[in-house]
Amino acid sequence: MSSENKQILTTDGIPLEVSLKKAEKKNKVKAFLLVAPLLLFIIITYVFPIGDMLMRSVDDKMVTEMLPKTYKSMETWDGEELPPEEVFEAFYFDFQKLIEEEREGKLSTQLNYTKNGFKSIIKKLRRKSKSFEEGNYKEQIMSVHKRWADVEYWRAIKRRAPAYTYQKYLKGMDMFENEKGEIVNVPEDRRVHRILWLRTLEIAFFVTVFCFLMAYPIAHLLATLPMKYSNLLMICVLLPFWTSLLVRTASWMILLQQQGIVNDFFVMIGLVSDDNRIEMMFNKTGSYVAMTQILLPFMVLPLYSVMKTISPSLMRAGKSLGGTPFIAFWKVYFPLTIPGIGAGCLLVFILAIGYYITPALVGGASGTLISNQIAFHMKSTLDWSFASAMGLMLLSGVLVIYWLYNKLVGIDNIKLG
Amino acid sequence: MASKKDFVKFDKVDKSYDGKILVVKDLQLDIAEGEFITMLGPSGSGKTTCLMMLAGFETPTNGEIYLDGNAISSIPPHKRGIGMVFQNYALFPHMTVYENLAFPLRVRKIPKDEADKKIDKALSMVSLQGFAARMPGQLSGGQQQRVAVARSLVFDPQLVLMDEPLGALDKNLRESMQYEIKHIHESIGVTVVYVTHDQSEALTMSNRIAVFNDGKVQQLSSPDELYEKPVNSFVAEFIGENNTFAGEVSDISDGKCKVKLANAEILANPISVKGKGEKTTVSLRPERALINPSDKMDNIHNGKIEEVIYHGDHTRVRINLLGNPEFILKIPNSSSNLDIKLGNEIKIGWNSDDARALDPK
Repeated sequence: MSSENKQILTTDGIPLEVSLKKAEKKNKVKAFLLVAPLLLFIIITYVFPIGDMLMRSVDDKMVTEMLPKTYKSMETWDGEELPPEEVFEAFYFDFQKLIEEEREGKLSTQLNYTKNGFKSIIKKLRRKSKSFEEGNYKEQIMSVHKRWADVEYWRAIKRRAPAYTYQKYLKGMDMFENEKGEIVNVPEDRRVHRILWLRTLEIAFFVTVFCFLMAYPIAHLLATLPMKYSNLLMICVLLPFWTSLLVRTASWMILLQQQGIVNDFFVMIGLVSDDNRIEMMFNKTGSYVAMTQILLPFMVLPLYSVMKTISPSLMRAGKSLGGTPFIAFWKVYFPLTIPGIGAGCLLVFILAIGYYITPALVGGASGTLISNQIAFHMKSTLDWSFASAMGLMLLSGVLVIYWLYNKLVGIDNIKLG
Repeated sequence: MASKKDFVKFDKVDKSYDGKILVVKDLQLDIAEGEFITMLGPSGSGKTTCLMMLAGFETPTNGEIYLDGNAISSIPPHKRGIGMVFQNYALFPHMTVYENLAFPLRVRKIPKDEADKKIDKALSMVSLQGFAARMPGQLSGGQQQRVAVARSLVFDPQLVLMDEPLGALDKNLRESMQYEIKHIHESIGVTVVYVTHDQSEALTMSNRIAVFNDGKVQQLSSPDELYEKPVNSFVAEFIGENNTFAGEVSDISDGKCKVKLANAEILANPISVKGKGEKTTVSLRPERALINPSDKMDNIHNGKIEEVIYHGDHTRVRINLLGNPEFILKIPNSSSNLDIKLGNEIKIGWNSDDARALDPK
């Protein structure tokens, strides 16, 4: 048709497309202004901190900045034998500057992370370097302590040269880079994190399974009961939701402890003897029980909202066509609830994988999760870069799960309400 | 084999949901094999409850339902082998058309090649060949309806129930689907129990119609009889249009009765009145009254035209007649009806046979 090629004009003679864009521009600006506060909020509270975390986890500028001259002179050193005189000289001047700024202690801490034994020799160097003479620094420094004449220690200093490092991530996986630059596992008796990662996945997985098993019948009841009963049940489901997390966790402590109500009851009915009470807290059981209860509504609600939309006539149709109640459920009802199952499981799993307060309070030593370890490094060891690294590992784990879910089920199939 | 007269039998069936109100009262209903029977009635009249009891989704509070001579109250729905078409089709949205139709065959463990033949046949019956791979969501309302019909027939049930299957379709589609369902019924001879509140649907499709009201069957008869010879004033009101006169029987003899109105007397056909002094409602179909009648008619009265409504093929005239200001006449549009003008006085006549004196409302 000829009109397809011809530009359509409005009555004022302006091309229609231009006119349309003009008319829509105002709406677009309005729409943007409406979301702008939220966008700003997300950038400030989400994008920026995560970016900062990422920087922190790989940041290794401290030593680089403390020894600028040394690293400059080390560029030509091959690391095979002891470095030449220029390196020692540069190191001496960098070190003097640090002493003036009283930062040599930090240097010793940092270098000690890389190789044990730096702390004492740096302290000694500080004392002795006051009486150093000009020239031949190599000899003078090496005479302070025999480790200064050991090439291993100079290699250790060189390893800290790059401004960025992935060491913290290796540490999070219980690995490290040895002197030869190979990535190896830490000795078996010092592997903490891998156990924690696995335990986190295990607890999150089983909490999700338990939540699903408990929530499915509840959600089905909610969706099919007459209004007046379903409202009551809904309140029962939501009531814990409105109670403080700490209060709920504390009540589990009262219930589950060895002198607690559940154990008292077991003793009363003779299930266990009084001196043989079951340990249900400060271990995995505690984490399972409390987390399942706390995360249950996150499974019930998406399931309920999906089940609510499934017409009861579908089940009837299944039965009238000859399917037993089980077949009608399994072939007709269940497949239709998959979007809700997906949403609920994803939600519960992701929440459980990063759970902190409850495992900290009722988990004990064997029930703590990776997030407790992160908090430990934030608050106690003050190794924030390590905490950031583990936080990012957790985040990427969640993203991987999300990606997998999207591949398997499709994220557009999800239904939260 | 001769068709059974009581292929489906409701025997003194009562149904109550709350133990206080009977939704279905003492239902006695026989359905012959191969029959197309419609349960017609206003909402809340108990017709859908009857269907659900037959399908097995509700149990009778009292009484028994027989299918082919066997009591079925204790048989669960999936063992009854009754096909059913639901109000909103109830197609399984996560299955293709093919899988929807295969469902009843798979649960019956019918081999795949035989099942495929049956599915092809069922789809061609509703002229939907080539749609097998579509999802229900990709079909129009009418097509979904056809799939639902095909699915209810694919496993060769002896009885098919349809619960207002055409309620969600627009008027034109509904009419063409009515004929389609009727033709399918005629060609395969399955027994159909059809529930609707649409009287024209019932009149077009059924062999017999059971008019429900207040949990009871008011009348069970063929469509023409239902329209021409309603047995009570509810049926007369519910089916088609109806003109009524409320009055009192003043004389009854020779199969005719005189009914005294407020200021006149008319002759009527006594259906449910027995003697003098009884209150009655006389019912008369609009097309049975004529203007400028011949003298042979035994009821001739004058009325004043109050309103003239043009309907294309006919004109409806509202007349104030014998104290009833809502008397409706249907006049075919032809050039002869020139004196139908607002305010004119005209003569109206009808035969006393067509004026049925029924129970008072």
